[in-house]
Amino acid sequence: MVETSDLLEDAVFLLVKKAVTELPDDVVTALKKALERETNEVARLQLETMLRNVELAKKLQHPICQDTGTLIFFVEVGYDFPFKREVEPAIVNAVKKATREVPLRSNTVEPFTGKNSGTNIGGHIPWVDWSFVEGDECRITVLPKGGGSENGSALKMFNPTVSLEEVKRFIVNHVVELGGRVCPPGVVGVGIGGGGDIALKLAKKSLLRPIGDRNKDKNVADLEVDLFDRLNKTGVGPMGLGGDTTVLDVRIEVADRHPASFPVGIVMQCWVDRKASMVLTGNGKVIW
Amino acid sequence: MVREIRYPLKQRDVKGLKVGDVIKYTGTLVTARDKAHQRLIELYKRGEKPPVELRDGAIIHCGPIARREKDTWNIISAGPTTSYRMEEYTFDLIRQSGLRLIIGKGGMGEKTAEACKKYKVIYCAFTGGASVVAVEAIKEVENVFWLQELGMPEAIWVFKVKDFGPLVVTIDAEGNNLTKEVIEKAKESFD
Repeated sequence: MVETSDLLEDAVFLLVKKAVTELPDDVVTALKKALERETNEVARLQLETMLRNVELAKKLQHPICQDTGTLIFFVEVGYDFPFKREVEPAIVNAVKKATREVPLRSNTVEPFTGKNSGTNIGGHIPWVDWSFVEGDECRITVLPKGGGSENGSALKMFNPTVSLEEVKRFIVNHVVELGGRVCPPGVVGVGIGGGGDIALKLAKKSLLRPIGDRNKDKNVADLEVDLFDRLNKTGVGPMGLGGDTTVLDVRIEVADRHPASFPVGIVMQCWVDRKASMVLTGNGKVIW
Repeated sequence: MVREIRYPLKQRDVKGLKVGDVIKYTGTLVTARDKAHQRLIELYKRGEKPPVELRDGAIIHCGPIARREKDTWNIISAGPTTSYRMEEYTFDLIRQSGLRLIIGKGGMGEKTAEACKKYKVIYCAFTGGASVVAVEAIKEVENVFWLQELGMPEAIWVFKVKDFGPLVVTIDAEGNNLTKEVIEKAKESFD
């Protein structure tokens, strides 16, 4: 009989492999739509090259981008899921195996010496974000987060009297200043409220939503659409070389805030908007 | 039209190229990112030579995924990394090495544009993330330096490439800077 821990490890390995070699369909569709409406020749060439690369990577099962990122896992575990203990060791072992066999680039270096562990395992890495939900299942999502886009993160602690227009201008200006560095057209994740860490966490978590998924709160959804329109009028374009599409989506998550604070966190995602998800059932089956 | 340029690159090979032109490159291509830039500059300061000749050559800001198979290295994935991080080293690198072509992504700043104008160098953007397209053009790994000390992404890899591209001229040998122009225009659009 196959041990659950082995089954879990194999499943997480396949999850990581899928995430780095196959771009989700919603992202591919969004890139194709961007190409359809693009009028700038240099921008068209960028989008065509991206789409050709996605096809080649899938066919050859090679990583879409050589920066296979820092591996961040989001685990939603049911209170009654029987294999809670097995999850974290399975993630660590699967990351080691994926680094060797996919292969992934080893992106885990000691902060001061820069020494590379060679395994993608290091202090707090891979990062695992836990949350608890009802039921006996466990959903694991992996977000391989590239360094170029992560360097576009920002946190601004506004005064609470800030106007919404000032907040919008801060976000638009930040994305424009980044230009091609974050490999546009990707996704802008925004977190508002909570506190410094919470705003950034919400911004990063928003990257897990699919393209075009609007916030359930109508006011927040309108803000997402307004920022999306404004950013796509800037002309920054694919890879910052000019063009009609600068972002594929803008997503905002909101938490209540302290009366003295108005935190705004931004986390950027590149056009290689990778993520993959699976569910483990209480009786040890994997649902893709 | 896509212009093709080949190693060794002389001034005349890059002088006629303007920002927005699309080219492909054939010849020796050397990877260098953050740590390699830092080390190269330190070498030049001490009056030593780099492990590979860069004069009239091309570098790419890139940290590949490579796999050792028997006696050869296979490159699995090799797109460009964000060039801005190399901004503080690039003027000196151009001045000291005599290289002619820099490939990266995301654009570079004023000092690089100044060096490009002064020393007749071009900076080209290769589509970020398009690392399997890049691999198609890499025909051979000629050598690798500093692998033990710096690790796979930061090591200096020496590739033989054929028709590497498409590359968009982003800073030309007159110092014109496409990404700077794009950002300035974008700012005007909402100011």
